[in-house]
Amino acid sequence: MQLVLEKRAERSNTIALVSPLIAIGLTIVTMTILFAILGKNPLLALHAYFIAPLTDGYSLQEIAVKATPLVMIAIGLSLCYLANAWNIGAEGQFLIGAVAGSWIAVKTQGTDAGVWVLPAMLVLAAAAGALYALIPAICKVKFGASEILTSLMLVYVADLFLDYLVRGPWRDPQGFNFPTTAEFDPVATVPLLIEGGRLHLGSIIALLVVAAAAILLGRTIKGFEIRVVGAAPRAARFGGFNANQLIILTFAVSGALAGLAGIIEVAGPVGHLQPGISPGYGFTAIIVAFLGRLNPLGILIAGLFLALTFIGGEQAQIAMKIPLDVTKVFQGILLFYVLACDSLILYRFKLVFPNRQVASGTR
Amino acid sequence: MELVEAIVLAVLAASTPLLIAATGELVTERSGVLNLGVEGMMIVGAACGFGGAWLTGSIFIGALFGIVAGTLMSLVFALMALGLAVNQVATGLALTILGVGLSGLIGAGFVGERITPAIHLYIPGLTDMPLIGRVLFGEDAFVYFSIALIMAVWWFLYRTRAGLILRACGDNHVSAHALGYPVLRIRTFAVMFGGACAGLAGAYLPLAYTPFFIPGMTAGRGWIALALVVFSSWRPGRLVVGAYLFGAVTILQLHAQGWGVGIPSQFMSALPYLATVIVLVLLSRARTGGSTAPAALGTVFVPDR
Repeated sequence: MQLVLEKRAERSNTIALVSPLIAIGLTIVTMTILFAILGKNPLLALHAYFIAPLTDGYSLQEIAVKATPLVMIAIGLSLCYLANAWNIGAEGQFLIGAVAGSWIAVKTQGTDAGVWVLPAMLVLAAAAGALYALIPAICKVKFGASEILTSLMLVYVADLFLDYLVRGPWRDPQGFNFPTTAEFDPVATVPLLIEGGRLHLGSIIALLVVAAAAILLGRTIKGFEIRVVGAAPRAARFGGFNANQLIILTFAVSGALAGLAGIIEVAGPVGHLQPGISPGYGFTAIIVAFLGRLNPLGILIAGLFLALTFIGGEQAQIAMKIPLDVTKVFQGILLFYVLACDSLILYRFKLVFPNRQVASGTR
Repeated sequence: MELVEAIVLAVLAASTPLLIAATGELVTERSGVLNLGVEGMMIVGAACGFGGAWLTGSIFIGALFGIVAGTLMSLVFALMALGLAVNQVATGLALTILGVGLSGLIGAGFVGERITPAIHLYIPGLTDMPLIGRVLFGEDAFVYFSIALIMAVWWFLYRTRAGLILRACGDNHVSAHALGYPVLRIRTFAVMFGGACAGLAGAYLPLAYTPFFIPGMTAGRGWIALALVVFSSWRPGRLVVGAYLFGAVTILQLHAQGWGVGIPSQFMSALPYLATVIVLVLLSRARTGGSTAPAALGTVFVPDR
């Protein structure tokens, strides 16, 4: 008796719909076991992770704030992955966007620069993120170099570059030697939506990005091309779609979105440029993209869910001394289950009983 | 002269983890599987390897812990990518994300602890020879093992029947399956070998390179090992050259920082990563006359029956 995979005649839409839910359920079961191993009360821990953050207004706002960069980056990544282009360096594009936008903020600091500062920062950050993402895209298209490896290597380079700037030329002279720029001026700061709250304009921008992506993928020829090139490269060639051009396009768009997310994070919740502005948003966004089934609306929901795990993880650390790394383990396990459940959309398990008679008959 | 000797010793030490991890990944990829989780397997190997050595006081047991940890991680990958036919790129990424989290969790207990690092060989007379003595006869066991390992892999791939079958799986899994070879089982072993090597390479860092564990101490070495496999055109001989070249870049930039060259240290630290990008571009460009990669690399295989 043997358990084998068998290709389904056609993809199962039921499983496509419920697979993220099964994956979340399995992850929670696994986490319960992990909490028990760590010697924590699993019920209290799960409560701290998934329920407590939903019960007060501050945490709810904080979830939206954390979801903002995740959703923006994941939307861009989903376009890449749909087109079978593997941008895994969104973390680097996020950092370069943050650096480029901060350049304007640092240079206009203390001057009477007007309201143009913030829009200029956003535009420059998006452009810088797009250009940074174009490096691996062009290396791929022109020279055939693996975009997976090159885009990832550039994450380390971006990280070191940011580190150099805030320890060197951009360091706040009044900052007690901490590696950080001075606090940005009000004109260089993303405005809050609620006075005294945490929610800022970036969340609205993220929602607009989701809507734009939904229109692009669902209603335009370009979106159709992206999906065909990824799903059926041969058909795409017959259709005359240019796969290389789409690699360039999707990388540029995802880089721009990551860069935009970077400056919004710095000019919003953080308020200045410093190392460690990202708790791995660029990598977590990969999970968001897959959990959201590479679908804009799905990504919005998945982004909120993973933001919940960030906030829940912080609260569990404060309340129950659960290490923050548990959040990363949680996210990794979740991605595994998502991918495993997705496999069942195309395949089904089948028990095979080797039939000796048939076997000997054919001999 | 002593400086040259010191630099060569440092280059060998910096290259060894790259060489071990890349050797494992080379075998995995030769069987047709692209496991991008090397970084994750390495960092878990580093945490478990240090934990093992710290608890038992034995470097050897630490190395074994690293190997077992890496192998277990690779089994998760095999279950997903081979058992469930999941996209290998996505699975590899998931393995790295999981590994970074797990290593932090495992290593949290012994951050700040120190162990006695692996001892170096000492043969009176030979090791004392000027210039080449310490380089040839004064290394730690990992360095010698890594060289023996890559030679063994070369012999296995090109001089044994099993190696030929493994390469056949990597080049054309349908034909290999039609000839009656158990493609998925062979690939599982190849993935496990890659995991064992990555775990050992990770363990080398806290056991011999620096005698303590810090979260994220692999610092992208797993990804550089992946690039090295591309650099080597999937050939063991070139892999050795590539690993030592990269070790040399790493050490030279460190020395350049020490000599006070007027370049900010962060720019020098970025050199190995930039070098990887440049090398990938140059190599891929030189290879316009057809790819040398295993033909079935990274593709899903579900046997029909």
